[in-house]
Formats: sequence, structure tokens, C-alpha cells
Amino acid sequence: MELRELCLIVPLAPLAAAIVAGLLCRVIPRSIATLVCILGCAVAFVASAVVFFDVRAGASFDGAVYTWVASGATLIETGFLIDPLSSLMMLVVTFVSLTVHIYAVGYMRDDASVNRFFAYIALFTASMLILVMSNNFIQLFFGWEAVGLVSYLLIGFWHERPTARAAATKAFLVNRVGDLGLILGIGLIFVSCGTLDYASVFRLANETSGATFALFGASESSLLSVICILLFVGAMAKSAQIPLHVWLPDSMEGPTPISALIHAATMVTAGIFMVARVSPLFELSETALSFVLVVGATSSLLMGFLGIVETDIKRIVAYSTLSQLGYMVAALGASAYSAAIFHLTTHAFFKALLFLAAGSVIVGMHHEQDVRRMGGLRKYMPVTALAALVGSLALAGVPFFSGFYSKDALIEAVAASGIPGAGFASFSLLTGVFVTAFYTFRMYFLVFHGKERFSAAHGFAPGETPRESPPTMTFPLILLAVPSAAIGYFAIEPMLFGGFFRDAIATAENHAVVEKILAHFTTPLEMAMTSPASGVFWLTLAGVASAAFLYLMRPTLPAALRSRAGVLVRVLENKYYFDALYKAFGDGVRSVGKFLWLIVDTRVIDGTIDAAARGVRWIGKGLWQSIDGGVIDGIFVGGSARAVGAASRFLRRLQSGQLAGYAFFMIAGVCAMLSAWFFTQTKGFLP
Amino acid sequence: MNVVFDWPLASCAIWLPIAAGLLVLALSPVGASFARGVALAGAVLGVLVTVPLYAGFDTTTASMQFVESRPWIPLFNSAYALGVDGISLPFVILNSVITLVVVITSGGRAGARPAQYDAAFLLMSGLMNGIFCALDGMLFYVFFEASLIPLYLIIGVWGGPNRVRAAYRFILFTLAGSLLLLVAFIALFLIAGGSFSIADWHRVSIDEATQTWIFLAFLAAFGVKLPMWPLHTWLPEAHVEAPTGGSIVLAAIALKLGAYGFLRFSLPIVPDAARALSWLVVALSLVAVVYIGLVALAQTDMKKLVAYSSIAHMGFVTLGAFAALDAGVTFDRTLGVIGALIQMVSHGIVAAAMFYCIGALYDRTHSRQIADYGGVVRVMPKFSAFFLLFSMANIGMPGTSSFVGEVLVIFAALEYNFWVALAAALTLVVGAAYTLRMYQRVIFGEVTNPALSDVRDVDRREFAVLSLLALGTLAIGLYPQPLIDVLRVSVDELLRHASAAKFF
Repeated sequence: MELRELCLIVPLAPLAAAIVAGLLCRVIPRSIATLVCILGCAVAFVASAVVFFDVRAGASFDGAVYTWVASGATLIETGFLIDPLSSLMMLVVTFVSLTVHIYAVGYMRDDASVNRFFAYIALFTASMLILVMSNNFIQLFFGWEAVGLVSYLLIGFWHERPTARAAATKAFLVNRVGDLGLILGIGLIFVSCGTLDYASVFRLANETSGATFALFGASESSLLSVICILLFVGAMAKSAQIPLHVWLPDSMEGPTPISALIHAATMVTAGIFMVARVSPLFELSETALSFVLVVGATSSLLMGFLGIVETDIKRIVAYSTLSQLGYMVAALGASAYSAAIFHLTTHAFFKALLFLAAGSVIVGMHHEQDVRRMGGLRKYMPVTALAALVGSLALAGVPFFSGFYSKDALIEAVAASGIPGAGFASFSLLTGVFVTAFYTFRMYFLVFHGKERFSAAHGFAPGETPRESPPTMTFPLILLAVPSAAIGYFAIEPMLFGGFFRDAIATAENHAVVEKILAHFTTPLEMAMTSPASGVFWLTLAGVASAAFLYLMRPTLPAALRSRAGVLVRVLENKYYFDALYKAFGDGVRSVGKFLWLIVDTRVIDGTIDAAARGVRWIGKGLWQSIDGGVIDGIFVGGSARAVGAASRFLRRLQSGQLAGYAFFMIAGVCAMLSAWFFTQTKGFLP
Repeated sequence: MNVVFDWPLASCAIWLPIAAGLLVLALSPVGASFARGVALAGAVLGVLVTVPLYAGFDTTTASMQFVESRPWIPLFNSAYALGVDGISLPFVILNSVITLVVVITSGGRAGARPAQYDAAFLLMSGLMNGIFCALDGMLFYVFFEASLIPLYLIIGVWGGPNRVRAAYRFILFTLAGSLLLLVAFIALFLIAGGSFSIADWHRVSIDEATQTWIFLAFLAAFGVKLPMWPLHTWLPEAHVEAPTGGSIVLAAIALKLGAYGFLRFSLPIVPDAARALSWLVVALSLVAVVYIGLVALAQTDMKKLVAYSSIAHMGFVTLGAFAALDAGVTFDRTLGVIGALIQMVSHGIVAAAMFYCIGALYDRTHSRQIADYGGVVRVMPKFSAFFLLFSMANIGMPGTSSFVGEVLVIFAALEYNFWVALAAALTLVVGAAYTLRMYQRVIFGEVTNPALSDVRDVDRREFAVLSLLALGTLAIGLYPQPLIDVLRVSVDELLRHASAAKFF
């Protein structure tokens, strides 16, 4: 099969499944809906795998599917760009999606709306594929918005909960702020290049690189910097970077399989993917790169701290997602695109694994999510515990696990970068290593080790113990645990140093940080073996050890520490007050709206018009009644009464000379104006 | 087929619905079901007439097609001249389809005098088509004024408790505007050497001061219809009081008359003034988008919310048209105007659908207050799915028709001025905020209102209407090219007129 046809199958299979399951969700039994969606996703996965190996073998595709808008010289097409970057994303998306589909069979088994759920996740998969496979900015935006919509629907899936509804709306609105930046960036590209096709834009970018435009009064700004920063604002919302990160922790209101698929592995990495995809533009603007670097580093550090004080198992994982996304963004800012995508890949596996393990724990705990009421679960849920351990080791970056390779390379790349802000970024990321290891193992120990505290959890009868989840849930855990453990070892060489990405990613010569770290890379084995020579290793170890000390050996110490560090803990528990700030802003905006409506519209505008109308009526009524009210009453209203029936009664009610008075006055006014105009014309034409 | 195309199709599009309307009025004493059948047949015929109009339309020429002309009032040199071009054709089709939707819907109302109600819409439809097809200023004016009457009656007779005031204000505002239009038309008639032909008006030279006056008269006349801030306060009131069908026609077609007027008259007839004063229209458009958007955020009545959202969407239309006038050289300026036109068509579909959905809820619970709802998805899942689609269309989600219009207008605005574009694009956030606020509160959550506990989901007729509208917005959103092909050449011609200097 040709690559083009194969590529069409990839998004269309899950899309068709979503349409079938969605439109018929009240007709077909859950088994069929589930099966159709899993099948659609499996087809997409197999096709993606074939595409991936074709691309590995050197194939590529860049072509249109159909013309969306063609007008004169303007041509906006939908199409696919299949290269190493997109084929890798396709593989990751379809694989994680497939495991989540299977997992959801077990996780959602008691839910009445399971058909709708499967329709949504299949639709999400299709949208995400449309996004990553696009060869142009407008289709990227299509996919971007579509995944946002599905995310909205899934966060609010349990819409009976007010918190879920609020979280869904919040996610949508915050993402719309990002979309605002993205569409303006895309628009600037369009008006300056006249095309939205990636390849053409990148070709033209070098010519545009010197272009400036007046953004603030007379001072000229670099067009490319503005474009890149606007595009990145879109990425900041989607990939939850400070200050547009607030929606992601709340998105945990959605069912856990969604948190794994959308809010950890795939959708939130769309921003990372997009920046890597348009790397030829970012490479031309050091300002934009520096901005990206600082935002990413700040997010990684600040969000990591929040993971330490959080007590909800899903939210801990969510904050770790935020922090890891910050790592990827920082790598993008350092021009280490391949390192960012590498970390994206390993993160997709181990974070999906952690979420699904958390979901398994939540089901086992009868939907208790507070880690303080867990403990000792290893004994009752051995498979889940093992999976969570693999995920934690990978997330903390313990040698040989996938996260080790990607995070280590990423940190080295940022350290080697010369972009302004790299020093700060390097410091943040190193601090983050300790923080990550600490909160990850804090969670792991609190949940799976230590004293059994689940008698305090709701839904537990005295003496009842948690039970391991069914195979449909544990099987995907195993499926994900394998790459979480091993993929770093096998992928680091080709992805970072083996030219896997070919020309899919551009790096300017003076930004070639990945090449710099290649200088002291030999083999993955060697890299892991020599890691104790680096500070990163010891920071990781310190994090794990501190967690073990505080939560296994001295379980009373954390509470004591907490009460000592009052202000700090308060700031962290209030998440740096971002939510309060935004709420105040939102309330303020609504008050402005109310003011404009009730005061300006109603009082000022309508008041003025009514006053003017009263004046006119006063004059008009007098004049009109003195001419003749009776004629109109007799002929006009009486006549229409026979014709239109009810209308007449209505008209008569208006017939206290008011409307007629207005009309008379207006016509008189028109005549006056026309006469005045006649007189001012020296040579008027007459018919 | 040629036989069909040789018919006076434009006349048919106007007089068939009017004849049907009159017939319905005449037959109403005979029997309600009989009158109803005639009304439906008339509406269907109205749509069928547009089929050869579209099929026979030549998208390669900017000149008027299906032209008819015969002397009408020799005293004023006024002719009964009709024709369609790329700018009017989409609205003739939209108008006919929306009329069919309204007539289908009206059968569900147990209101008083259903035959007269249907007749009013049929008359309205014919008159609207007259506005879109008229090539003679006087003829345009007559249709323009006459179309007020059926809508006035629809609001005033079949409206809500405050219908009298609403209808009254509606007619007052628009009448004030149209009288200024009459002044402008008479001035043009004299300047053009005693001709009411719009084509002549496009050609004639007009000095700058006169252009400015005429432009301002147009601005007031069409600004009221659109409506533009601060002439907008009649619209939310009219919408709230109007019956569902009235709201649909008002939003889908009547609001388009203002924008159509700008494109047909302001831009090509007084281009220098339009260019000189484009900043004013752009500023008012931004007020519509931002200010009205914020006002919409504060609404508690669903119809008022959608009414305000309509004003904001119309702001995008004027923004696209006038920003394109001033756009730089690198950008294809026709895209701005095409965007504005697509936004008009799209809003015609989406606003109609939104009002239809609100009407469907109102039929069941007799409330339009957001606070009276909640948990609708539990009792009306199919309805909720449709309402979601249209809410998403209302906020310009890609894949729906609104996105095509909005994105092209934003692009045109970017070329005009970055900050203008940024302000306009704020609608992405504000529009989403008020639309989702309504959707979430109405659809999600638990059913708290007992009136909602045993309502039925959409019936077959509602399903058909909603599917038709859904198909419309998705088709244009996913594949706008056929619509663009219709618009393209005429917009080119329009901008050619609009960019040439006209004064002596």
C-alpha cells in the first residue's frame, strides 16, 4: 500500500470508530462499542507501525489530501507530512491510546455511559493523529482545537460533580487563551508568507528572518520573534506551562484513563511537538528560544515543589507531569529538540503507566484518592505495585530506566546551551532532579509501603482489604511497563545521536547542543555505568533516600516539618495563588460585563434614546392630533383589522398617535434634509 | 435544463413565497390543515427555486446573472431590475432554507392563528429575496421597508409579554435608519443624473464631502440593522420577545441586511469615504466584539445571551469588510471580504440553530432562564449533542462554518493592525466563556427543575431540522470551497470598485 493511503487509514480508523460508537451510543451494546473503538485504534496502531518502519527505511511523504480554501493566489490545503518526527508521534499516540482503550474496559466497567466514553477517546485519538500528521498550520490548529474539545468533554465526563464541570470549563478557557496566541501566530505567518504549508513557510523563513514590524508604536520588533512567541503561547496552554498551567491539575477530575492518555502522554505534549515541528522558525529567533527556555525551567521547578505537598494520588502524578513538561520545554528552548522529543517519548510511556497504576489503586481503594489513607498496598496489589515501581524508577531517572537516559541527556544539553537563561535553567533542572525523585518515592512509599492506613478510607468495611484489579487493567500495565523500563536504553542512540530525525528537526550550527554532548557519549551501558560520576545520580539518590527516611523510617516527621514551615507550606498549598488570582480576574471581567449591560447599555444608551423619543413624541403627538388622528384610526387600522385579524388589535394599541407621530416627524425631517441639500447644490439634476 | 434557466428565476424566488403567503391568508378560513399544506408547499417551492439558481450560476463572471429588467416607475426612471451575483446568491439560498426551517417548525406551536403566522414568514421570505436581488435602488428600498412589516407583526402579534414595546422599538430604530437610507438614495439618484440603477451608482463620480455624508447615512441605516454599537439595544429586546421563528429569521436573515448593505452600497459607491472612515467602522466592530462579548457574559436569559453573541459575530463581518479595505499589499484582500461573507452565512445557520435549540427548550419548560435548567443531557441526550455542536460553532471551533469566516477575518485584521486583530481574537476566549457558561449550566449537572424531569427528547421533526442545520455548518466548515467559488469573482469586482478613487 502506498504511504498516502496508509496514512489516511491512521486517523480515519479511530474516527470511523468514534462516529459509530458516538452516533449509536444508545443503540448498540457496550461490548460492540468497546470492540469497535479498540479495533479502530488497533488498526491505527498497526498502520502507524508500518509507517514508522517505512520511514525508518528512508520513506517520507508530504502531500495534500484536499483543498480547504483556494482563492486566487491563496491555497490552504489539508495534508500529511510523514517524516521521522510525525511517524514517531503516531506510534506513541496509537500505542498509548490502545493500552488505554484496553484498560478502560476494566476501569469503566460499572459506568453507564461507557459507549460515550469510548467514542470520546477514539475521537481524541483521531484528532491527535490529525494534529501530529499535519503538513500545515491550519490543520495543526484543527487538531489542536479538536483535542481541546474532547479533553473538555472528558474532564467533565462525570458532569454531576460540580468540580468536574468547573474543571472542564477552566481547561477549555485557559486553552483558548493559548489558542488566541496560536491563531495570531499562524495568522502572522500567513500574512507574511502567503502560505501555511510547513515546507514552504520554512523555506521562506530565512528570507523573513530579518523582517520587522511595528508592534509597539515606532519601535520595530522582529517579526519572527513575535511569531514564535505567539505560537509558543499556544504551546504554553496546551502543555501547561506557567502561567497557563492552572487547568492541568484540575483536569484530574476526569476518569483516570483519560488522565493517562490525554493529560499525561499525548495531548499535553502537543505543545512540545509543535515547537519541535516548527524548529526551523524558532532557530532563527534567539529571543523566542530564551523565552521558551526560561518558561520551561520555571515551570519545571515550581510545579515540582507542588508535588511534595499534594496528597491526592492523581494530582501528585499531575504535578509531576507539569514538571516534566517543563523539562521538555526547557530542552526546546536550548535547541535540544531531539532530546525534548526523546523525553516526550519515554515520558509518554512511564507517565501513562503511573497514571494507570494510580487508577488501579483508586479502583482497589473504592475510589479513595488520598495517599494518607493508603499504605502497604504492595501486599494486596502486587502487579500494580510492581508497575508503579517501574514507573517511579523511570520518572525519578534511576540508571537503566527510560527516564534516566532522556532526562540525563536533556539536562546535559541544557547545561551545554549558550542561550540566555541557560544558567538559570540548568540550576532549575538540577534542583528538579532531587524534587522529582523525592515526591515520586514519597508517593510510592505512602501508597505501597508502610503502615496500612486504609481503614480510614471511605467505602472500606472493617477488616476489608483492597483487591488487585482485573486483567484488562493489569495487562496494559505490563504492556506499558516494558517500554517504560527499556525504551531509553534502546532508543537513545538512534534518537539523539543516530540521525533518526533526519531533516525533520532543524538546529542552527551555534545551537548544536546535542552534538556537544555526543562528544562524551559511548554506549547506553557505559552511560548508565558511569552515571555515579555525575551530580545528577547523587541528586536522584538523595531524593529517594530522603523520601524513604521521611515516609518509611520516621513517618511522624513530615507533619512536624509541615507545621514548622508555615508560610512556605501555605504558599505551596495554595499553588502560588494562581487560582485565586484568576478567579478574581474572572469575577472582575464579569462585573465589567454587568456594568456595561446594566449601566451603559440600559441606563446611558437606552436612557438617551428614550429621552429623545419622549421629546419627539411630545411634539409629534401635539402636531399629529391637531391634524387628524381619526383618519388614520379609521382607514389604516380598520383596514388591516379585516385583513390580518389579531394584528389590528395590536396595532390599535400602538395607535395613540405615538408611532404615527414618529413616522410623521421622521418624514418631515427627511423632507427638510432633502430641501436643505437641494439648496446647497448649485446644479441639481432633476428627472 | 436551459428551459429552466430561462425562467425569471429571481422573480420566482421573490413572488412564489409571497404568492404562497397570500394564498395561505386567503385559505385560512377554509381549513387549518389545508393552509398548512399550502404554506409548506410554498416554503419547499421557495427552496426548489434556488436549486437552478445555484446550478445555473456561473462562478467565473462578476456580472449580474439571471437578470430581469422592465420599466417600473418611469417618472423616476426606476426599473423592476433583478439579478444575482456571488454576493447575493448565498443569501437567497440561505433565506429560502431558513424559511423552510421556520415553516416546518411553526407546526409545532399550538399558538394562535398558525396560518397567519406561516403567511407572515412566507411574505417575509419573498421580500428578503427581493432585497438581495434588487438592482434598482428604489426597488431595493421598497423591499427593504416592506420587509419590516411582517417581522413587526411576527414580534408584535405572536411575541412574549413585552412584545409591544419590543416591536415598537424594533420598528422605530430601523425606520429611523431607513429614512436616512432614503435620503442617501435620493441624493445618489440626483448625482447619477436621475438614475436609480445601482450599477450606475457604482460608476458615477462623487466628490469627497458628499461621499462622506452618504457614507454616514449608510452607516446609520445599515448600522441599525446589523446592529452596531450604540444602535444595538433594540435587538436583544426584540429577540427575547419574538417567537422562536421570529428570532430565527431576525438573526439568520434580517441582521444580514445591514452587512449586505455595507457590501453592496457603502464599499463600491462611496469607496473613498469608506476607506477614509474605515477606522471608525473597525473601531465600532471591535466594540461589538469586546464590549458586547462582555455584556453577553453577564446575561441570565439564554435568548439575550445569543442575541448579544449575534451582535459580536456581526462585528466580525464589518471588521473583515473594512479591515480588508485598508489591508497591505502582501495579503490577498479578497480573503477578508470573503471571510466576512462566510461569517454572515455561517451566522445565519448557527444563530438560527441556537435560537431553534433555545426554542425547543422553551417549548418544553416555558423558561429561557439559564438558572431554570441543569441536567438536560439526562433527559434530552440527542438534543444535548446537537446543542453542543452549535455551541461549538458559536465559538468558532474548527470544522464548523464559523471558523472559516472568523479565521479569514482575523488574518485580514492582522494585516490591518496587530492590536486590532488581537482585540478581535479575544472573542476566542470571551465567546467561549459565555457560550460554555450557558451550555454547562443548562446541559450538565443534576436535574433540579421538576418541569424538566419528564420532558421528551427531540422528536422526528426537530431531529430533521437540527440535522439540516448541523449538516450546513459542518459542510461549510470542512469544505468551504464551493461557497468561496461562488463569492470569489464578485468580491474581486467589489474590491476593484472599492479601491478606485471616485471623486472628481
